[in-house]
Amino acid sequence: MTDVLRNDFGTVQQAAFRPWKPWRNGLLAAASWGTAAAVTYLLPDVINWNATGLFATIVAGIALLLLALAFVVPLSDKRTKTLQHYGPWLVAIGVWFAVWELLTAKLGWLPKPFFSPPQGLLNVYITDWERLLVCVGYTARLWSLGFFSGIAVGFVAGVALGWSKSFAYWGMPVLKLIGPVPASAWIPCTFFIFPSTFQASIFLVALASGIPVAILTAAGVGQVNRAYYDVARTLGASTSYLIFKVAVPASLPNVFVGLFMALYYSFAVLVVAEMLGAKFGLGWYLQFNTAYSAYANVYAALIIMALICAGLVRLLFVLRDRLLNWQKGIL
Amino acid sequence: MALAFSSTEDRNRNLQLEIDGVSHRYDLGDRTLPVLDDVSISVKPGEFVALLGPSGCGKSTLLRLAAGLEQPSQGSLSEDGTPITNPDPDRILVFQDATLFPWLTVRKNIASGLDARGVLKEQQHRVDELLKLVKLEGFADAYPHQLSGGMAQRVAIARALVNDPKLLLLDEPFGKLDSLTRLTMQKELLQLWKQTGFTALLVTHDVEEALLLADRVIVFSDRPARIVAEVNVAKPHPRKRDDSDLLDLRRSLLEQLGVSHDV
Repeated sequence: MTDVLRNDFGTVQQAAFRPWKPWRNGLLAAASWGTAAAVTYLLPDVINWNATGLFATIVAGIALLLLALAFVVPLSDKRTKTLQHYGPWLVAIGVWFAVWELLTAKLGWLPKPFFSPPQGLLNVYITDWERLLVCVGYTARLWSLGFFSGIAVGFVAGVALGWSKSFAYWGMPVLKLIGPVPASAWIPCTFFIFPSTFQASIFLVALASGIPVAILTAAGVGQVNRAYYDVARTLGASTSYLIFKVAVPASLPNVFVGLFMALYYSFAVLVVAEMLGAKFGLGWYLQFNTAYSAYANVYAALIIMALICAGLVRLLFVLRDRLLNWQKGIL
Repeated sequence: MALAFSSTEDRNRNLQLEIDGVSHRYDLGDRTLPVLDDVSISVKPGEFVALLGPSGCGKSTLLRLAAGLEQPSQGSLSEDGTPITNPDPDRILVFQDATLFPWLTVRKNIASGLDARGVLKEQQHRVDELLKLVKLEGFADAYPHQLSGGMAQRVAIARALVNDPKLLLLDEPFGKLDSLTRLTMQKELLQLWKQTGFTALLVTHDVEEALLLADRVIVFSDRPARIVAEVNVAKPHPRKRDDSDLLDLRRSLLEQLGVSHDV
């Protein structure tokens, strides 16, 4: 008994002494993905979806891969930690595919065109990937121009509002008034002010991302502990030192909250921004296909958008952890 | 010229502080709160003066005035004959809370004064000297939240001393430390004062601390603070806590503060 316990705490001998067991969640995941593949392949579709066979093959392939992993993972405990962490999710996704497949393609309870089975989305990716790729490119251009100009202006405005009383006197009420205005309400103005619809679209994205950054930066700068300024002043700091080396770093945690909000708002506003005479772009793609009731295309584009957004959020987290590593242990 | 200064060449940088008839009140909107009442103190170059009084009596305000962070409502303060109108790295204030910049490492916190004055490049070596002086070489790259209270306060003192201040204003710097750490820190402060020769003005409500460190103890009344007594402590360092003369002084100071001697 004691020997077994001790072995559980040892690291090197662990693999050698412990009875070898396959990765349980891996097996379960292989089973759930296998079921999804079987359901897709063996049961007939209510109406014909082009990519059913391909989807079943892919899912079956992943099921086999998971099965193989279930036996490999226990041999490499350390390196596959992330994979093991997401084990339960892998199982759930397999179940989700099986249920989704049954409810849409096999039983028809969730009918076309409002719902689409997974192979419907796969079919969109296969048949329309070129257009989707172009759309991603267009959206990336619009989003990055809008987002980065927006957060840059928002940050500078926020620092000014938080630092200067007269800026705050005039700026804060204006910011509070325009903050809640929905993006679509700006369209008439932007059409008049901006020479091209593309610039108007950039403005809408910039506005959506700039406002939360400005508000939170201003709040952050305003909340900086006065004692830091006193210390810096007795150490001989100039006003610019007080702003850039005290106020800005001290308010950075707030700025990042604003950046996360900006990221979500900027994605939400893309659809509206691409209403303005855009010829490509994910937002445009969503509207175009909604108008034609091609909901499979809509879902396919939504998934791409969601993945890109999640990727950017992840990137922002990495950046935040790097810049705010002095907070570790405080948070 | 003061900026190019290096402490290794020239010890005993200090100044004469004149506080002349200073009264101060805070405007609280509907009323004014008088905190200092006609305070005059003359601090000789290199002298260590302790300001003793009940908490919240206005001693800290006097330090803020001496630092140049605020202007007195009445009266004047001067350093070596020049009126004090602005904060200046020659006069540095160390607060009760270490108030380290949490986003900077220990090394960068200590260097912040040099950085603010744009002399960091030439004086980088001073940062290392100070790290050694306050015995924190091993923590140069730690962040403030990783430090204990005593270590943080040592960093705060190093951050002040790296600028070679002529006047060090200490606002109950050990007030929040545990009693054992406080004893060590008092000894260390005394050593630093002897080594570098700055003029020191220490605000405290700890009678023993005042007697142990200062050449002269000035006793303040409750708010608005007035000077009620002044005691010269003509004892050479190192002083013993249980020295009979100091115990006598302690008793009389406690009486001045309105605390009976059997406390």
